[in-house]
Amino acid sequence: MHDLSAAELAAGLRKGDFTSQELTRHFLDRIGRLDERLNSFITVTADQALAEAAAADRRLAAGEGGPLTGIPYAHKDIFCTDGVRTSCGSRMLDDFIAPYDATVTERLRAAGAVMLGKTNMDEFAMGSSNETSYYGPVRNPWDTDRVPGGSSGGSAAAVAAGLAPLATGTDTGGSIRQPAALCGITGIKPTYGRVSRWGMIAFASSLDQGGAMARSAEDCALLLQAMAGFDPRDSTSAERPVDDYLAALARPLEGLRVGLPREYFGEGLDPRMAGVVEAAVGVLEGLGAQRVEISLPNMELSVPTYYIVAPAECSSNLSRYDGVRFGYRCQDPVDLEDLYKRSRGEGFGAEVKRRIMIGTYALSAGYYDAYYLKAQQVRQLIVEDFRRAFESVDLVLGPTSPTPAFRLGEKVDDPVTMYLSDIYTIGVNLAGLPGMSVPAGFIDGLPAGVQLIGNYFDEARLLNVAHRYQQATDWHRRTPEGFA
Amino acid sequence: MGLKPSDVEGIAHLARLRIAPEDVPRYAQDLSSILAFVERLEAADTEGVTPLAHPLDMAQRLRPDEVTETDQRERFQAIAPRVEQGLYLVPKVIE
Repeated sequence: MHDLSAAELAAGLRKGDFTSQELTRHFLDRIGRLDERLNSFITVTADQALAEAAAADRRLAAGEGGPLTGIPYAHKDIFCTDGVRTSCGSRMLDDFIAPYDATVTERLRAAGAVMLGKTNMDEFAMGSSNETSYYGPVRNPWDTDRVPGGSSGGSAAAVAAGLAPLATGTDTGGSIRQPAALCGITGIKPTYGRVSRWGMIAFASSLDQGGAMARSAEDCALLLQAMAGFDPRDSTSAERPVDDYLAALARPLEGLRVGLPREYFGEGLDPRMAGVVEAAVGVLEGLGAQRVEISLPNMELSVPTYYIVAPAECSSNLSRYDGVRFGYRCQDPVDLEDLYKRSRGEGFGAEVKRRIMIGTYALSAGYYDAYYLKAQQVRQLIVEDFRRAFESVDLVLGPTSPTPAFRLGEKVDDPVTMYLSDIYTIGVNLAGLPGMSVPAGFIDGLPAGVQLIGNYFDEARLLNVAHRYQQATDWHRRTPEGFA
Repeated sequence: MGLKPSDVEGIAHLARLRIAPEDVPRYAQDLSSILAFVERLEAADTEGVTPLAHPLDMAQRLRPDEVTETDQRERFQAIAPRVEQGLYLVPKVIE
């Protein structure tokens, strides 16, 4: 059953081939047998999942429910889940039982999706390899000596290994797209504001966005359809209707203008990765698309811009963890300042502390203009680059990451080298655009992805192009040995 | 610009983070390399460019000034490290 798509599982449930309880047991059993090799789950909610599956079976028997009713999914441990630990990959929240559901959790619950558990992630979503998690690194199912990418690495590994047909993710600088690419699955980060951030633990609020991860674009469309929509509780939620993603999947691609930014194919890109991208463009051309050379001249500044903006916002957002109202508290504080400093010093890991300190420094008196204001100005230039590009193309295409999955430990001691893993994805977050990663080949037996970047609120087109591409290729159907 | 260990101690104090003394040199090195990296931004010509704080042009929505939250103090305090009689406990602040 784990080799079927979510769409096929939904059909199977309706035909009576299996029940949601059987399906849920099947995935729980796989998690129990296989996840010790991957560490992709922080918490498995077996009892709750079986109860939700039983409720879904009753709905289905009554002829009710929608396309996700009874379908199991894995939920990134950044989304609050009422009554279930929500750790965000941090010691700080190791004993945090969320007292409410995130909007995304609530929507998936209402859709009848069955939550299998909460997936591992880089601490507070800060990382590109899943090595900053308090719960230990996740391993890539294609090669367990390698990272799955991050920060949604648990979700990506779980889907790639067939431990869940669908998973949620969040993406602040590439955290859905980069792990999707490194694990050989499909992932979409929608336009900023499309999916509610309410109850999604904040890292950098002008960049954070939830999205969908699955094997295929069609399954991403199913999941995103349920996640997306206006939410009055999120002050930056987009107040506009959600397109019908499934209905758009099969549209023909004739005349589609695909922009290839020259800056995405320069030095630093593995030539074999360039070959993978080139082959993908060829497939789209065969489907009627045309290539257009474009330029995004300020893209090389996106990573440095991000490493001012994101830490600045993180230093502010994470000031709420003070050891007083919830979360980790140090032993025997001598005074209030000691309580704050030791609770935070002991509760946060090294990468989170680095980013809090960079942000604190960039926002401090005397440095604000030189760092934060400057970064906001360059951010404007990056947005203008994309705006200009979308005057002449319908979507932008390039690599998702410069290389396939790297080895555990390879970059973890060098923050700047790690940061450059997100060189092709970060600009999309700075601009608030939708982006997607699609499996497009293999390099030395490791999956490689191409990235599709759309104009604002053009998720339907990204899913459409990815779906048509997947009708013509089978990269997304490959499964890692040992997890068949 | 490189950060000295004393700079790291100052920033850590502003951020209310305790950094063990033996870890300070490593943080000084890491933060300095990150700052050297972001200083590439200096080369960008941003004369007259409006700073962008938010990716979408949107105005903050207003809602009617009505009470929408209910009292859930007991629920929220159930996950607090230390409470007593409905109050959050911290070390004594005023003697």
